[in-house]
Amino acid sequence: MVPISYYLALSAVLFGLGVVAFIFKRNIITIFMAIELMLNAVNLAFVAFSRALGQLQGQVFVFFVIVVAAAEAAVGLAIIIVIARNRGTLNVERVDSLKH
Amino acid sequence: MSHIFNAFRSFMTQGGGGLLLPEMMLVLFAMGILLTDYLLEARDKYFNALMAMLGVIFSAICLWQLRYAAEQGASGFSSSLVVDPFFLFFGLIFLIATALVILLSVRYLQVEDENHGEYYALMLFATVGMMFMVSGYDLIVQFLGLETMAISFYVLAGFLRRDRRSNECAVKYLLLGAFSSAILAYGFSILYGLGATTSWPFNGPMPPRTNLDVIQFAVESRAHPDLLVLLALVTVISGLLFKVAAVPFHQWAPDVYEGAPTPITAYISVASKTASFALLLRLLLTVFWPVRLDWQMLVAGVAIASLTIGNFAAITQTNIKRLLAYSSISHVGYVLLGIVAASSGQRLGFMTGMKGVAFYLFVYAFMTIGAFAVVIVLQRQGLISDELDDLNGLHRRSPASAVVLLIFMLSLAGIPPLAGFIGKYYILLALIQTGHNWLALLGALYIVPALYYYFRIVMHAWLYEPGNAPSPVITVGQKVALSALCFVTVAAGIYPEPFVRLATYSLLFPTGFSGH
Repeated sequence: MVPISYYLALSAVLFGLGVVAFIFKRNIITIFMAIELMLNAVNLAFVAFSRALGQLQGQVFVFFVIVVAAAEAAVGLAIIIVIARNRGTLNVERVDSLKH
Repeated sequence: MSHIFNAFRSFMTQGGGGLLLPEMMLVLFAMGILLTDYLLEARDKYFNALMAMLGVIFSAICLWQLRYAAEQGASGFSSSLVVDPFFLFFGLIFLIATALVILLSVRYLQVEDENHGEYYALMLFATVGMMFMVSGYDLIVQFLGLETMAISFYVLAGFLRRDRRSNECAVKYLLLGAFSSAILAYGFSILYGLGATTSWPFNGPMPPRTNLDVIQFAVESRAHPDLLVLLALVTVISGLLFKVAAVPFHQWAPDVYEGAPTPITAYISVASKTASFALLLRLLLTVFWPVRLDWQMLVAGVAIASLTIGNFAAITQTNIKRLLAYSSISHVGYVLLGIVAASSGQRLGFMTGMKGVAFYLFVYAFMTIGAFAVVIVLQRQGLISDELDDLNGLHRRSPASAVVLLIFMLSLAGIPPLAGFIGKYYILLALIQTGHNWLALLGALYIVPALYYYFRIVMHAWLYEPGNAPSPVITVGQKVALSALCFVTVAAGIYPEPFVRLATYSLLFPTGFSGH
C-alpha cells in the first residue's frame, strides 16, 4: 500500500503548482483552471486522509467541493463570456479600466 | 398525505429542523421571487423588493423565536449546526443589512434599467450562506455557507452586465474569491486530517470528524510546535483574511467596491465582511484557541499593516467608493486589534475585546451602509456619482443628506458622541487592559489620517459650490433607510448601553468557547 505521506506530498505539490499558475498566467481561462487544480489538490488530500484512516467524512467533503467547483465554474464562465463580448479580450492585463 | 405531514412535523420538532427556520424562510421567499419575477411587468418590479423584504422580516421573526433555544446552546444535525447567541447576534446584523440594502436598491436598479428579480433572490441566498457560516459548527457546513455567499456575490458584483466596470470587478472578485476559497479548503483538509487521526476519549457518541469540537481536541493534544497545525492555521487565516480584505490580501477590495453596483458595494463591505469575521472568530476561538500564542502575533501584524495601508492609501483617492474601500481596510485593522486583545488569555481582556469586536461590527454596518446610501441617493441617469466632485455643494442641493453624510463621516472617523467612537473606545480599552499599550497608541494615532480623508468628503459636500448639478430626488424607501441608519449611528453613540448589552449577549457562549 502506498503510504499516506506520498499522497499528501503530491497534493501539496499540485496545490503549489496551482498557486504558481494563478499568479503567473495571464489568460482568465487559464487562471480559472489553476483554481480548479488547487481545488483538486484539496480533494486529493481529503480522499487520502479519508482512505488511510477508514472514515467517510472526508469523501463527503470532496463531493461538496466538487459541487462548489462546478457552481463556481458556471458563474465564472458566464462572467468570462460577458467580458469577452464587451471587450474582445481575455488577457487580465488588458482588463484594467478600474483605477490602480 | 398525513404521513408526509407527520414526518415533516417530527423533522421540525425532534430532528432539529426548527433550528433552520430563519434560513428556510429566506430560501422560500428567494425561490418565490424567482418564480413570480416572470409574471411581473416592468413597472411592477418593485414587488420583488417587497417579497424580499417580507422574507427578511419572517426570517427575523424566526430568529427571535429561537432565542430560548439559543440560550441553552441548541445544536442539531449531528451537532454540525449550533444556534447560540453568537449566531443570533450576527444573524441580526445580516438581516438588518439586507433589509437596508433592499430599501436602497429599488430606485438604483430602476435608474440603471437592470430591474430583475434575480437581484433580490441572490441577496437572500447570500444571506442564507452567511447565516450558515455563523451557525455552522462543522467544516463542511462552514465551507458551504461561505461558498453560497461568495458565489451569490460574484453574480451581484457583475449585475450591471452592460457596464464594463461592473464586468471587470466581477471577474476580479471571482478569481480572487475562488483562489482564497481554495486556500481555505486546503486548510480545512489539513484540519480534517488532524481530527481524523485522534481518538475521542470522552463519553457519548463521537461527533463527525469534521466537527469543531473534535478538531479542537486534536489540536490541543498535539505536541506544541506542530507543523501541520501551523500550516492549517496559516492557510485558514489567509483564506479568511482575503474575504475580510485585510492587508496583504486587500488588493481586490478597491476595484470590486468601485465597479460593483453601489448597493452591492455597501452589502459586500458590510455583510460579507461581518460574516467572514464571524467565521474567523468561530474558528480562532474554538479550533485554534490552544495555539493562540501563534496567531496572536500574526493577527497583530496584519492589523497594523491594514491600519497603515488602509489609512494612507485612502488619503489620495478621488473616488468615494475607492476611498471607502481603503477606509474599510483600516476598520478591519481595528477589529483585528480587538481580536488580539481578546486572545491574551485574561478573562477581562477577553470580555472587553470581544464586546468591542461585536459592537464595532454592529455599528460599522450602519455607518458604512449610511456612507454608501448618500452616494446611492445622488445617483441619477447616466451618473453613478461616485467621484468626490459629484458631492460638491450638497448642502445647498439637499441639506438633509449633507447633514446625515456629516454624521456618518464623523462616526466613521471615531468622533464622540457617535457610534464609531464607542466602538474604537472598547477596542482601545481592551488593548490597554491586556497590556498592549503600543497597539492602543497606534490605533488612536491612526484616527488623525482618517479624520483628514473623511473631512475631504465633508468639505466637498459643505464648502464647495454646487455648479449646475441638480438636487437629488429621494424616494420614500431611501428616506426610511437613511433615517434608520442615522438614528442608530447617533443613538449608539449617545446612549450605547442597550447596544453594548446586545454585543455582550453575543458572548454568552453555551457551546464551544469559554475564553480561558
